[in-house]
Amino acid sequence: MASGKAFAHHHILGMEQFSREDISHILATADSFKEISTRSIKKVPTLRGHTVINLFFEPSTRTRLSFEVAAKRMSADTFNISPTTSSTTKGETLADTARNISAMHPDIIIIRHPCSGAPLLLTRYVQAAVINAGDGAHEHPSQGLLDLMTVKEHRTTLSGLKVAIVGDIAHSRVARSNITGFTRMGSAVYVYGPATLIPKGIDQLGATLCGSLEEAVRDADVVMTLRIQRERQNDPLLPSLREYARQFSISQRILELARPDAIVMHPGPVNRGVELPPEVADGPQSVILDQVTNGVAVRMALLYLVMGTA
Amino acid sequence: MSASWCIKNGRIIDPANKIDRIGDLLVLDGCIANPKQPIPPGVPEIDAQGLWVVPGLIDMHVHLREPGEEYKEDILSGARAAASGGFTGMACMPNTKPINDCAAVTAMIVARAAEAAIRVYPVGAISLGCEGKQLAEFGEMREAGVVAVSDDGRPVRDSQLMRRALEYASDFGLPVISHSEEASLSSGVMHEGPVATRLGLKGIPAAAETIMVYREIALAELTGAQVHIAHVSTAMAVELIRAAKGRGVRVTAETAPHYFTLTDEAVAGYDTNAKMNPPLRSAADREAIKQALADGTIDAIATDHAPHSILEKEVEFDLAANGIIGLETALPLTLALVRDHVIDERRLVELLAVMPATILGLAKGTLHPGAVADITLIDPQRQFAYSADQVVSKSRNSPFLDWILQGRAVLTMVGGAIRHNLSV
Ligand SMILES: [Zn+2]
Repeated sequence: MASGKAFAHHHILGMEQFSREDISHILATADSFKEISTRSIKKVPTLRGHTVINLFFEPSTRTRLSFEVAAKRMSADTFNISPTTSSTTKGETLADTARNISAMHPDIIIIRHPCSGAPLLLTRYVQAAVINAGDGAHEHPSQGLLDLMTVKEHRTTLSGLKVAIVGDIAHSRVARSNITGFTRMGSAVYVYGPATLIPKGIDQLGATLCGSLEEAVRDADVVMTLRIQRERQNDPLLPSLREYARQFSISQRILELARPDAIVMHPGPVNRGVELPPEVADGPQSVILDQVTNGVAVRMALLYLVMGTA
Repeated sequence: MSASWCIKNGRIIDPANKIDRIGDLLVLDGCIANPKQPIPPGVPEIDAQGLWVVPGLIDMHVHLREPGEEYKEDILSGARAAASGGFTGMACMPNTKPINDCAAVTAMIVARAAEAAIRVYPVGAISLGCEGKQLAEFGEMREAGVVAVSDDGRPVRDSQLMRRALEYASDFGLPVISHSEEASLSSGVMHEGPVATRLGLKGIPAAAETIMVYREIALAELTGAQVHIAHVSTAMAVELIRAAKGRGVRVTAETAPHYFTLTDEAVAGYDTNAKMNPPLRSAADREAIKQALADGTIDAIATDHAPHSILEKEVEFDLAANGIIGLETALPLTLALVRDHVIDERRLVELLAVMPATILGLAKGTLHPGAVADITLIDPQRQFAYSADQVVSKSRNSPFLDWILQGRAVLTMVGGAIRHNLSV
C-alpha cells in the first residue's frame, strides 16, 4: 500500500496489522487533528450522525475518556457500556452482547477486554468497525500510535532511535504494540525487567532483551516504563513494590546514562515512586502529559480513518 | 445380518501374529476362522482389494460426556463417530457428571453401551469425585467393568495418594492412567513460548508435564506398579519415558494425533479449536513425539476425543473449554505418518490396535483364529474433506475441519457385525 490517501483497514485490532506507510499515514492524520483540540470551539462536524459505542469489559478511566473526547470532538454520538451496566454478569456471551449491539447499527465499536483476542472475536458478529482499546496482554494499538506520535514530536524522526522499555513486559499489551510499532518504523527496542516479568521469546517480536537496567537505558533516546503489579492471580511476581523501586525504577542516576535529550514515557497511571520517582515522572525529560494530549488526536484520526473505509 | 463373512483379497496386517500378506480372511459366527478352513457355501463376500484388513482399532482415551453433558456427546453418538473412524472399541474417561467413581455409575455406562455401535470400556476414577483426596473403590468398579483408573483432566496433586493408587490398582490388575501435569504451573491457556508471547496468552510450560511424568515414573519404580502416561506432548517427557523403559520401569505412554500433527502456531487467530490440555507444543516437541512413535517409546495413539458445543468454544480464548474431537480424524492423521515414512503400516496397527489392547489388558488387537471378529478395513488412498456437515460426532470442535484427509476406514466390524460401511 502506497502512502496515499487509501486506508485499507476496516478494523483496528493491533499494531501488527500496520505497515510503515499505514503508521505514517495515521500519524500525519493525527497531526492534522491535533490543532482542533487547541481551538476555543473544539468540535468539527466530521462524524456527525455516526454512532460510537465504548464497550469496556475492564475498568479504564483514561482510555475510555480519551476515546470519548475524541469521538465528541468529531461530533459523533457516543455511548458507554461497561461490565457493570452490560449483561455479561448474567452469563451473556460476547457473541450475544455483540449481536445485540450490532442490531442497533453502530458505526464504530471500541472494545477493551481482559481476554487477548476478544476484539477479533467481536469482528465476527458485527458490521461496525472495531477498534481495540486494549485486549489482555495482546495489543493496545492506539496507545502504541500515540507513543509513536509523541516520540516523533520530540525527535522529528522515528527511525534509528534506541527505545528502552522497562518493567512488566509479560503482562503488557502496551509493550507488544510498542515493540511492533517502533521496530516497524526502523528503531531498535531494548527491553528489561525482572525475569519474572519477561515473557519467553520476546526477542522473536523484534526486541533485544537486556541483562541490566544500565544496558537498556545507556544512550537511549526514549525510556519507557510500564505499570507494575506485584501479584496476579496468586502468581508471586515480585517480593514487594518497595524492592522493585530500589532495583528496577528509572532513577535520576539511571536516566543520566541515556542521551541527555532522552524523553521519559509511561502509559499511565504511574505508580509514583515505583516505576518512576516523582522527580523523574514530573521532571523536564518527562513527556507523560504530551502522551495524554496526543492520545486524543490519534484516536480522532483512527475514528476518521475507519469511517473513510466503510 | 450375517455374522459370517469372507473378506477377499485384502492386505491382512496383523502384527500380533507377525502377519502381513495379501489374502482372504474368513469370519464365521462372529469369530475369526482358521485360514485352512474351507469356506462354507453361502457366506457373503466383502471385496477388500486394495484395502488393509487390520484388527479393530481401539481408542484408549475418549470423553463421551454421558452421563451429564449429553448435549455435547453421548455414548451412542460417540460410538457412531468411533465406528466411522474405524474404531471397534474405546475407553471412556470418568470425568462425566456424575463422575464414574463408583460401581453404580460404571454399571450405568455399561448398560448404555450395550446398545452402542462399538465396544465401550469404562475407565474409573482414581479418587472420589476426581478430587484427589480419597481413593475410589477400584475392586467394585472393576467387577462392574472398568479396565483402568484415571483422574484424567484433574491430575492427582498428592503424591502419597498417587502412590497408594498405583499400589492398590495393582491388586486388581488395573493400569493407572496419569494425566501428567503439575497444576501450579498449568494455569495458562496454551504452550509457553514465542507464540503465546506474541498473542498475549498465558503459557503452560513444558516443565509442567516433565515434572509430573517424572513423579509418575518414580512412583512406578517405587511400587513396581504399571503406570500409563496419557497424551504425551513434550520432548522432555519422551526422554524421561525412554530412559525409564530402558531401566525396566513399568511405564507405557500414549500421544494424540494433534501432538504429532500441529504445533502451537495453530492457536494464531485465537482458534479455540486449537485449545486443549496439554496444549499444542513447539515444532521440536512435535518432532520428538514422532520419533517416540517410531522407536516404541510411545506405545499407543489415543484421540483424547473431547466434544464441546459452541457454547464452550465460541467464546474468548481464555474462557474456552479445553479439548477437541478426534475419533474421525485419528486414522487419516496417523496414515500421514506412514506416507511420510515416520512409521510403517505394521507400526500403525500396533499403535492404534495392538498396544491399546495390551495396555488395557483386553483380548483384542489380534486376528488370531478364534478371536472375536473386531476388524477394520482401511483404504489408505481414499481422500475426503472433513467438513462440518460430515462430522458424525454431536460436536464439531476440530482444528481439522475442512482439511482434505487421506486414508479412511471404509468398513468397521464388531463381533462380525458391520457397524460402518462405505464400500460394500
Ligand atoms: Zn487428560
